Amino acid sequence: MNASIRPFWSPLVAGVALGAVLFATFLFTGHGLGASGSITGATAWLGGHVAPAATRGNDYLGPMLNGNPLATWITWELLGVLLGALLSAFAAGRFRVRVDGPTRFGAGGRFAFALVGGVLSGFGARMARGCTSGLALSGGAPLAVAAFVFLIGFFIVGLLAGYVTRRAWA
Amino acid sequence: MSLPAFDNGVASGLLAGILFGYVLESAGFASARKLTAQFRLTDWSVFKVMITAIVVAGGALAIADTTGLMKLADIFIPTNYVWAMLIGGACVGAGMAIGGYCPGTSAAALASGRLDGFVFMGGMVIGTGAFAWLFDLLKPLYLGAAGPEAQTLPELLGISSAAILVAISLVGVAGFYLGSRLEKASGGALGAQTLDDDATRDEGKSPVIGGLNANQGSSL
Repeated sequence: MNASIRPFWSPLVAGVALGAVLFATFLFTGHGLGASGSITGATAWLGGHVAPAATRGNDYLGPMLNGNPLATWITWELLGVLLGALLSAFAAGRFRVRVDGPTRFGAGGRFAFALVGGVLSGFGARMARGCTSGLALSGGAPLAVAAFVFLIGFFIVGLLAGYVTRRAWA
Repeated sequence: MSLPAFDNGVASGLLAGILFGYVLESAGFASARKLTAQFRLTDWSVFKVMITAIVVAGGALAIADTTGLMKLADIFIPTNYVWAMLIGGACVGAGMAIGGYCPGTSAAALASGRLDGFVFMGGMVIGTGAFAWLFDLLKPLYLGAAGPEAQTLPELLGISSAAILVAISLVGVAGFYLGSRLEKASGGALGAQTLDDDATRDEGKSPVIGGLNANQGSSL
């Protein structure tokens, strides 16, 4: 037990706060929140250094190298997410260096799951032109059809994959 | 001043991100175990927080549009490409069930000290690279079955946005009720203390996890 660890916000409070932040973001910027776009910029930047010819010649990442792929609003926003989550975790006594995941795996097994999940997520977010925050949440609020089609795929396959992996995770 | 302000500078990005990250961590969304529990139906926080945020922001946007404060036509609304959205959603959903996070929550995880969040982000770079590498092959799926530009549910269904927001709210109320019952049946939604206790218990099991925590202490 650790008395200094504060509980999470209730889902209702967190949801109202998230909705308010999202609406304010629309007012200030004309678009919503996001996350995966910054990883796309980072991938283009990395490709530009590791394999410049292949990256410049790539139809998807190449055009991003015409400017600095990291100098975008979404990069600043992701830095902010890191800062905000760090602040919150420290303020609530929840910061702790650890490997989070199913207790039956060692760190190696957990990292393998995280890597596979990350590959799927990175690929899927590019396919859909956004992720859970950039598309489902930020498109869902203005009631975009795209967001709800994405959410159908997200929950159906997520539930199936959750069922298949339930013994690994529970 | 006309809205939206279209401020896409450094300060605007940092501020939006700080608030977003603060809320994500406060909701418990930095924890892979809590997030994946949604797909085992034992913790409904993902559904509850998302649908509440969509109704609150959606309601505010609808009021802003009606009153003329900020027109929906002036903000970014994604265009539907049916196959791309379904496949993309499926991959992000599978990625969360297997890897524990989605793109934004993996950043919140890393910032709260979770090393698996960092590995997930590394995986995303690989997945993004794979998409770019296969882009020419994927183009038919990526661009296929395109809907009208920036189409919304009210436009598609011919119903007012107020009616759709009420319908989404009803789904939310039903989800809160059903979810809370299922949470109770499985011992309750995962709390901060439980997750921390589990990390403490794990310290003896894995040399990597234990070694890190031996240096960190549990009261940080």
